[in-house]
Amino acid sequence: MTGQTAFAAALLDPSAPVPEGLRDPFGGPAGKRFDVYRNNVAVSLTEALETGFPTVRRLVGDAYFKALAGVFLRAHPPSDPRLASWGTTFPGFVAGFPPLARLPYLADIARLDLGLRQSYHAADAAPFDTAGLAPAAVLALKPRLAPATLVLSSRHPVHGIWRFSHAPDAPKPAPGPEDVLIARAGYDPAPHLLPPGGLTFARALKGRLTLSEALTRALADHPGADAAALLTLFLTSGALTPDPA
Amino acid sequence: MLDTAAPRRLPLAAGLGYKPQHFAGLMADPGPVRWLEIHAENYLGAGGRPLAQLRALAERFPISVHGVGLSIGGERPLDADHLARLRHLCDWLQPASFSEHLAWSTHDTGFLNDLLPLPYTDATLARVCTHIDRVQEVLGRRMLLENPATYLAFAESDRTEVEFLSEIARRTGCGLLLDVNNVFVSATNQGWDARAYIDAFPLDAVGEIHLGGHDEDRDEHGRPLLIDSHGRPVVGAVWALYAHTLARGGPRPTLIEWDTDVPPLPTLMAEAARAGALLSPVEAAR
Repeated sequence: MTGQTAFAAALLDPSAPVPEGLRDPFGGPAGKRFDVYRNNVAVSLTEALETGFPTVRRLVGDAYFKALAGVFLRAHPPSDPRLASWGTTFPGFVAGFPPLARLPYLADIARLDLGLRQSYHAADAAPFDTAGLAPAAVLALKPRLAPATLVLSSRHPVHGIWRFSHAPDAPKPAPGPEDVLIARAGYDPAPHLLPPGGLTFARALKGRLTLSEALTRALADHPGADAAALLTLFLTSGALTPDPA
Repeated sequence: MLDTAAPRRLPLAAGLGYKPQHFAGLMADPGPVRWLEIHAENYLGAGGRPLAQLRALAERFPISVHGVGLSIGGERPLDADHLARLRHLCDWLQPASFSEHLAWSTHDTGFLNDLLPLPYTDATLARVCTHIDRVQEVLGRRMLLENPATYLAFAESDRTEVEFLSEIARRTGCGLLLDVNNVFVSATNQGWDARAYIDAFPLDAVGEIHLGGHDEDRDEHGRPLLIDSHGRPVVGAVWALYAHTLARGGPRPTLIEWDTDVPPLPTLMAEAARAGALLSPVEAAR
């Protein structure tokens, strides 16, 4: 092994011996001095995950999250120095982590945390401004989903769990599937509960349909969908940007 | 090819490591803070608040871009994608300075997010110089290389850190970033004389000085082990070493670094004012 291969391997394995050739300044073994580097790596990467997955952390508790992060960072260390984009494999890791099987919704909460962070760093886009336009003219437009807009579909009440974990006076989440729209008005992304038909509506807009056509599709898929509520959510959340064409 | 006509320079005054929670405060009243330093890796996203804040700050302050992830001391070739991202940032921001560390952080296992040490030998010297040549070529500017805070020594090192850094600057034409707290931390941990380190340092090559706080620990033999934590005020011994550095080398743009347990802006401004007070008489006397 080359020097840095041995050094890196021992950094990530607390039970490994200190690599050969490292000394304290008095010629003795490096001992605890090597542990400073081990600690820096584990603590700084754990903090990056704590910042990146705040809701998962609240749900499992600080101590459990630290332990979970310690396992994840050794199995999936960052592939490049942009820590803001590290952790895309964390939801899958959570889903496959046997001790967390009793919290089946946790992986989707991790996806929601990740989506909020991706939205925060996404490219800026002009807001979709409909001021002064007649409703019929608005419905004929083909806005696009802004780069900071994401949709997430879950078999669990992820929006309710997210809200309850951040605002304890929020209603207790009720069991059942929920879809979430992540949208950024200005610079602050927020998760919104997608009403029935919302997923179809978002997909239709991605397919370059007009608002009117997208609503028609949403209503065809979900005859009970509330067209006005859907339109209001997408027009007021910052989810849309004008078609540049 | 080096573009020696840098568009802007850092002033011979105190600067501050930028923290987003202090955006409004700095824009309203920068006090003694005359320039700002950002960690490059936090501003490589596509958009959003980080880049919006940086654009606004750059209209008010000279900006220093400080990379923490290029792994210049790495055994692997430099990450070309990461270097291209740094170039993109420098191209649009046109910062007054770009600096990185004499350290490595990336290996086959991935990015380890720490500034890891390297032995001072012919082989590592050649590698570091090749990497710095590449950085300066791609960025089209002279970079500054920072001396590390270290906790252990390599049996194979056959020269001093100052000799190693001096030779890098001579071979590559890069400037140096002298972190005076790192000198104090490393000197304590390695049993060196911190003043002798400064006295031997090629101060003419220094384009920027860093000051920060450290934590105190002990090794298993009870000997002091200082940790470069950037989470406290600069200690008196480091202020004294800084004054000694200024007296020998003259004033340099000086940064207050405080990265963990970041205090309110007035606390940081007081540290900046203290650096500024030590800088200005030196500047006035020249």
